[in-house]
Amino acid sequence: MSSTPKHLRQAALALGAALLLAGCAGPNPRDPYESYNRAMFSFNDTVDTYALKPVATVYRDVTPSFVQTGVGNFFGNLADAWTAVNNLLQGKGEAGMSDISRFALNSTLGILGLFDIASEAGLQKHKEDFGQTLGTWGVSSGPYLMLPLLGPSTVRDTVALPADFAGNIWSYKDPVYLRNIGTGVNLVDTRASLLDATSMLEDAALDRYEFIRDGYLQRRESLIHPDGDGGKPKQQDPAVEEAKPASPQAAAPAPAEAKSAESSATVSSESVPKELNSGTPAAGNASL
Amino acid sequence: MMKLFKQLFAVATVALAFNAHAAGPANEAPDALVKRISQDVIETAKADKAIQAGDTKKVMQLVETKILPYVDSDRMTSLAAGRFWREATPEQQKKLSEQFRTLLIYTYSGALSQIKNETVDFQPLRADPADTEVEVRSKVNMTRGEPITLNYRVAKGAAGWKIYDINVMGAWLVETYKGTFASEISKGGIDGLIKTLTAKNQSLASKPLKTAK
Repeated sequence: MSSTPKHLRQAALALGAALLLAGCAGPNPRDPYESYNRAMFSFNDTVDTYALKPVATVYRDVTPSFVQTGVGNFFGNLADAWTAVNNLLQGKGEAGMSDISRFALNSTLGILGLFDIASEAGLQKHKEDFGQTLGTWGVSSGPYLMLPLLGPSTVRDTVALPADFAGNIWSYKDPVYLRNIGTGVNLVDTRASLLDATSMLEDAALDRYEFIRDGYLQRRESLIHPDGDGGKPKQQDPAVEEAKPASPQAAAPAPAEAKSAESSATVSSESVPKELNSGTPAAGNASL
Repeated sequence: MMKLFKQLFAVATVALAFNAHAAGPANEAPDALVKRISQDVIETAKADKAIQAGDTKKVMQLVETKILPYVDSDRMTSLAAGRFWREATPEQQKKLSEQFRTLLIYTYSGALSQIKNETVDFQPLRADPADTEVEVRSKVNMTRGEPITLNYRVAKGAAGWKIYDINVMGAWLVETYKGTFASEISKGGIDGLIKTLTAKNQSLASKPLKTAK
């Protein structure tokens, strides 16, 4: 992860590969590229098993915990700046201003973000990326997409990636070797924080690919619409239960439209009949 | 002086125990119920050296005695199986429910054995007192990383409130299993799904629990 153009290329490649595979529709309407995704999933898994996970495990067990906290805080602070931008873009003024205060406070009194004093002062940390911003603007997620090395995503979130890379302050760090070291350390630290979660996942899942996919898609949806399915649980009953996709509403623009944020922003997210949810994103893709 | 102190302490303990008993499942609010179970389980897990050391038997015992009585695993299974539930024979339903319940025990046990310094914050319940289905929301503060969302769907039945779905980090357990269930059933029918679940449980039974480092 060294430079933005490289990321752009990666994202474009992943998208291209996905579009090539648009013809072969899988059984799950939200995952038409399942065969490609599964191949990429096992590739990522291999990289993780033999490279990332062992390094992260050693890092977790050997590095003093205050160092780990500092690393997490430092990169977390940089991420707060981009979160602030996205919160403001989503019209969440209060959260955005709070993120700006966090960034200002932690960057100065928190010594370049090493200490998260803002959290202790009651300013809650948020995490927003441009994919969530597009989602808030009404862009539907499109099909599930497994990215090389970057992991689970969707077509919308992949299209949003170049903006996220550009919004990452660390990607402007000079000299380049320091930037690369930092990016590597951040990656290992993030992976280390997920070690327990992933070992639980192995226990719980019958099919890890499906489990991660179905969990990830729900999680993204809940991040965009925190109260999506409301304070009241759905009145579910096996007798009336249909095999319906997770998201009840879909603006369903063709994923190509998502490339231009302006045009997508005008697409309203009125409730659309269920069948749109399953058919349209895939069909829109196939026609590209 | 010391004796008096001891007596006071004993009285206080009895009073507390009685209180806990009085707030039993009969007329307990759903959020109070979930809060009570979760605090009880976390405290027991933190205090028990054997659990901390990953004693599988102990952890599973904790799950079975303190959590499972308040979980409607039949409903969870039927929801996860969706429309296939009606196609199953009563015998298949029973087997499926049993195996899914066992898998959940292993999953909870795995989570519990990793408890260290985590604390749980509950959000105020947004529900009408007359509601029979509510969502209880909480956040688990982790030793590192962001807090984790942990929400519960709770329904009132003849035996009081019971949990029938859990949301971890934005994903509902039932919804997450639904896809897997459907694809296993499409491959080998309901018996195929039961077989896969049984095999999974057997492999988990022979594997030691991972503990928090």
